[in-house]
Amino acid sequence: MKIGVVVFPGSNCDHDCQHIFKDVLGQYVEMIWHKETLLAGLDAIVLPGGFSYGDYLRTGAIARFSPVMGAVKEFAKKGGLVLGICNGFQILLEAGLLPGAMLRNRSLHFICKDVSVKVENAATSFTSAYESGQVLKIPIAHADGNYYTDPVTLASMQANAQIVLRYCTPDGKVTPEANPNGSLDNIAGIVNAAGNVLGMMPHPERCAEAVLGNDEGKLIFLSMLEGLKGNKKQLKMVGAG
Amino acid sequence: MKAKIHVTLKQGILDPQGKAIEHALDSLGFKNAGNVRVGKYMEVDVNETDKAKADAAVKAMCEKLLANTIVEEYRYELAG
Repeated sequence: MKIGVVVFPGSNCDHDCQHIFKDVLGQYVEMIWHKETLLAGLDAIVLPGGFSYGDYLRTGAIARFSPVMGAVKEFAKKGGLVLGICNGFQILLEAGLLPGAMLRNRSLHFICKDVSVKVENAATSFTSAYESGQVLKIPIAHADGNYYTDPVTLASMQANAQIVLRYCTPDGKVTPEANPNGSLDNIAGIVNAAGNVLGMMPHPERCAEAVLGNDEGKLIFLSMLEGLKGNKKQLKMVGAG
Repeated sequence: MKAKIHVTLKQGILDPQGKAIEHALDSLGFKNAGNVRVGKYMEVDVNETDKAKADAAVKAMCEKLLANTIVEEYRYELAG
């Protein structure tokens, strides 16, 4: 599969994302500078973590207007898989590719630690390799992970199973104590209504190799590859390959 | 013309910075300070002579970039 990793000025998790897809999972990876306006032949796009534009004005607020985002929006509109991690999630929110907004962590601290998240929806293209309700240990590192949306949108997202990951205790209980940043409904990751764009605050690329002592995050990437292979088979069958 | 723009969190959105500052003021003895909200102040020189055009431009800047209208509101004044 051909994976595109977008690099904004200030992105700093782009190489980790490249490493997982290329060195760990053996895929073809293209690093895409934010000024590119054409994205051809890619199967999935990753918006990595970091501090694009220094988080100036608001995190992700300026990156959402980078030239590449037009092509990313088109790709998403056509159903292409887009994964936004941390700053990538923030950019997807500012760009309107996902509903809601990020606020400063309630504690005002930059929180950098392992947390537990529960896979609430294991039917998405990003979580199919997990069991429904599976709890994983995964690191977070952010100051603006306090997800917010209005009550109407929240209800719609809940009804539509768009809440994919929630902060929980190590034994899977979704409690206020398990919420590191004040995020509404303990939301750690969401998907759009069409299911092809996912944003998550935790960093799966930091726990996708056994040598790091935790490879539970690898299943996010494996789910994506599984889904893409499935799609290619379907396309071949209808003669569109 | 010069636009003076204030961007603040909407009422009802938790403002932990405001709360932290409120507590600090209280600790310093300012018992009469409450409901502190923190926002952003920006100045933009708008190269328009027509006030209506300048106003429309600043409004568009706020709507599109300067404020995230999901959680923030804005107000501005134009002078000169």
